Amino acid sequence: MSLPPVPQPSAGSETTTSDAPAAIKVQIQGLNFFYGNHQVLRSISMDVPALQVTALIGPSGCGKTTLLRCMNRMHDLYPGNRYEGAIRVQPDGTDIIAPEVDPIQVRMRFGMVFQKPNPFPKSIFDNIAYGPRIHGLAKDSIELDEIVERSLERAGLWNEVKDRLEQPGTSLSGGQQQRLCIARAIAVGPDVILMDEPCSALDPIATAKVEELISELREQYSIVIVTHSMQQAARVSDRTAYFHLGKLIEVGETKQIFTNPIHRLTEDYITGRFG
Amino acid sequence: MEVSPPPSSRRLDKTVESFMVWVLRAGGWASVLVTFGIVLTLVTESWPFFREVPLIRLFQDTMWTPLFAQPQYGIGALLAGTLVTTGVALLVAIPLGTILAIYLSEFAEPKFRDWVKPMLELLSAVPTVVYGYFALLTLTPILQKIFPDLPQFSMLSAGLIMGVMIVPYVTSLGEDAMRSVPMLLREGAFALGDGKLGVAVRVVFPGAFSGLAAAYVLAISRAVGETMIVAIAAGLQPKMTFNPLESAATVTAFIVQVSLGDLPHGSIGYQSIFAAGAVLFLMTLGFNLAGHVLRKRFHRAT
Ligand SMILES: Nc1ncnc2c1ncn2[C@@H]1O[C@H](COP(=O)(O)OP(=O)(O)O)[C@@H](O)[C@H]1O
Ligand SMILES: [Mg+2]
Repeated sequence: MSLPPVPQPSAGSETTTSDAPAAIKVQIQGLNFFYGNHQVLRSISMDVPALQVTALIGPSGCGKTTLLRCMNRMHDLYPGNRYEGAIRVQPDGTDIIAPEVDPIQVRMRFGMVFQKPNPFPKSIFDNIAYGPRIHGLAKDSIELDEIVERSLERAGLWNEVKDRLEQPGTSLSGGQQQRLCIARAIAVGPDVILMDEPCSALDPIATAKVEELISELREQYSIVIVTHSMQQAARVSDRTAYFHLGKLIEVGETKQIFTNPIHRLTEDYITGRFG
Repeated sequence: MEVSPPPSSRRLDKTVESFMVWVLRAGGWASVLVTFGIVLTLVTESWPFFREVPLIRLFQDTMWTPLFAQPQYGIGALLAGTLVTTGVALLVAIPLGTILAIYLSEFAEPKFRDWVKPMLELLSAVPTVVYGYFALLTLTPILQKIFPDLPQFSMLSAGLIMGVMIVPYVTSLGEDAMRSVPMLLREGAFALGDGKLGVAVRVVFPGAFSGLAAAYVLAISRAVGETMIVAIAAGLQPKMTFNPLESAATVTAFIVQVSLGDLPHGSIGYQSIFAAGAVLFLMTLGFNLAGHVLRKRFHRAT
């Protein structure tokens, strides 16, 4: 399998439009990733700006999920996976994929929301309190109550669930469950929220609510969202990165990517010629 | 090129299929019929007993001596034996079986798991007579070093070994239940920064609870119904005691004892074993129903 010829301003490196530079939150530098011997990501380099939404798009199987899961060291859970390169998180510049860095510390800074809502078989309250409890973030139950309320409020769910906090998380609708999972991630106090096609299991109304929530969350969090819906990328993201067969083809302002892509591959994808 | 089989072979397929459906249906009905037959036997055989002995005496009498000249029918004396041996067995089987299940499902290398599971299943294939004599001849002497007053026959020894016998059931069912907890739930907890043990205890265990409850109910039923081990190692004297350091007969031990004797069919002593059997049946039924309700309630809660 080889890429069709594309104009090559050094594939894999940052391709930006000239714009006011936002503060950088995460720098991905020459990242390779292997499932065993199978290399899935090929020298990815890109910056994730702080307090913005970065969308990862590209045809199915191009490695979007794999890249997202590098950022919270999810691949460490399974044997045989290997990272090369660096993912630096600012302001301290720690390389979070360095073997000596504790994945648990990384996961506290990078919250994750999954493709399908995955509330625990516990009450709504206990779902949100899960992270704060295991990390001892609240010194007493009053503080824990506050964290739970604040997280649910930020996820726009407080008014819907405040009278039923003891009910199981799974009793909520799909869209509410996904916002519960967002609240659960927020409760740990991350800087970055990683979302892997968070609306793919939701109906259009629930999707609209989650998208609205994403726009609000970007005030306080840097967000990286994988999506297969280009409309969604266009609606919610500030920047978009297009991937193809494990390579970063192009990254830039969402508006530019959608109106004036540099690469033919990107153009073919967003005009629906493949993918 | 021939795409569909010739009509005759298709007709044969049809015949085979309807035959198989018939066999399967017969199998289903057979199990229903057997259950029904058991209930019917228990009712008809214990009916004459209860005509002679009012039900209330089962609970008023304090001793179980149906074979004596002045018979007493205090089933409590047998139930106590059953409850104590079952209790001891569960104290072993449930914690040990659950911990092993968690270990195998969440921590063990796949290779190790593939090696341990058949071993465990082997453990449950050991005939219960062997367990019984192991309790009597090996465990009891050891226990007597710790409890010098422990009699030759004791509920403690029988219960402990019964627990060991039940561990594989709990582990096997429990591990299946835990492994069927979706990976997505585990990942959700790992993504919040939880560790392996935390995920196992906080997410996998509650997530597998309905399966675990089923495993526990099976463990209870196995313990209540176990006969050989208690008949050999716990003693055959019905005794109204809840002290595991004493000997006592269980419901099942009494049944096997009487049915091995030469009581005439139709005598009240003979019929008493069906009464005891009926009580045993109601007990296991009760535990199974409780397990069912528990599982239902839990399912609603998740
Ligand atoms: N656990 C895995 N082991 C081996 N290969 C995998 C694994 N997960 C994904 N892949 C492969 O990695 C490639 C990228 O997958 P993924 O990141 O899920 O793509 P995307 O999210 O863009 O659809 C695919 O070719 C896929 O088959
Ligand atoms: Mg994906």
